[in-house]
Amino acid sequence: MPMSNHTQPLNDIKLDETSACINHSEKKESVFSLLKYALIGMLFGIVFVKAEIISWYRIQEMFLLQSFHMYGVIGTAVTVGIISVAIIKKYNIKTIQGEKIIIIPKIFTKGHIYGSLLFGLGWAMTGACPGPIFAQIGAGLMSGFVILASALFGTWTYGFFQEKLPH
Amino acid sequence: MFEIIESLKAPWPWYVAGAVIGLIVPALLIIGNKTFGLSSNLRHICAACFPANIKFFKYNWKNELWNLFFVAGIMIGAFIATHYLSNSNAIIINENLKSTLINLGVTDFQHLMPSELFSLNSLSSIRGFILMVVGGFLVGFGTRYANGCTSGHAIMGLSNLQWPSLVATICFMLGGFIMTNFILPFILQFN
Repeated sequence: MPMSNHTQPLNDIKLDETSACINHSEKKESVFSLLKYALIGMLFGIVFVKAEIISWYRIQEMFLLQSFHMYGVIGTAVTVGIISVAIIKKYNIKTIQGEKIIIIPKIFTKGHIYGSLLFGLGWAMTGACPGPIFAQIGAGLMSGFVILASALFGTWTYGFFQEKLPH
Repeated sequence: MFEIIESLKAPWPWYVAGAVIGLIVPALLIIGNKTFGLSSNLRHICAACFPANIKFFKYNWKNELWNLFFVAGIMIGAFIATHYLSNSNAIIINENLKSTLINLGVTDFQHLMPSELFSLNSLSSIRGFILMVVGGFLVGFGTRYANGCTSGHAIMGLSNLQWPSLVATICFMLGGFIMTNFILPFILQFN
């Protein structure tokens, strides 16, 4: 349901913000056309390993303020991202299929505080956020499979208790 | 040519990595109107494999196949980088961190992760279990509760100047600081 969320009542959107709402394109894509995302992913995977973003040591150094590396990576990425999005908006750049580019605004919930704190704890423990978990697996680290299985169980547990949690 | 390959095999500097990651934001928007965000894939995998009649997992995850292709690409890229683009040099680690870890019985500094903490063998130690299983759980639970992770909030959300993403990013960092500085030194003692 790519666009249907816009007509939902606000409360539903709050709990349902990401429910398949990442894909804003109305166009169906063939498997062949999906390969372009795999190609960008590949580049990302190479960067994850080569810039040691999937290293537990780099994450520890970041939180111990012992190294600038991760701050440099995130700071540069955010700067490039802000400039790119600003250019897209200013010049009303369309997708290659000619669609208008849509970025749905984030709706604040208390989950942004509780969930983010919990994720921060887990990030420092595993040295991995969700992207690097997949990169760890690709790099042949068996621990990546354990972390992924646990993370899936964590997401599943959130889904199970979602309506009972404060948002 | 030789020098280029050699420099590709050395660890890449932060500004190269940061620029490439930042450019993924417009690339995904322009090639298909997709917003960058990786933790959603954990939800899509749950929806595809273990929906268990839970409302949160009842949606058409096939609409999000592009993101699963994206993570498949990440795995392939990581494989390529590990096997064809790396040199045999040991990873460089801050000396203070190194000596702290040596005191805690972590001595293997060859790879990206300390094998004494992150391996199938260490799963049977208390600290290994806590780091991998409890840590992994918190990553999966926390990112969904927060509606995004480092990519969805810290990179994509901040790129679009969203204040909820700024709150989330500050809380990610706060959680990380608390864990690394106050809780982890305690957990790591349980060998």
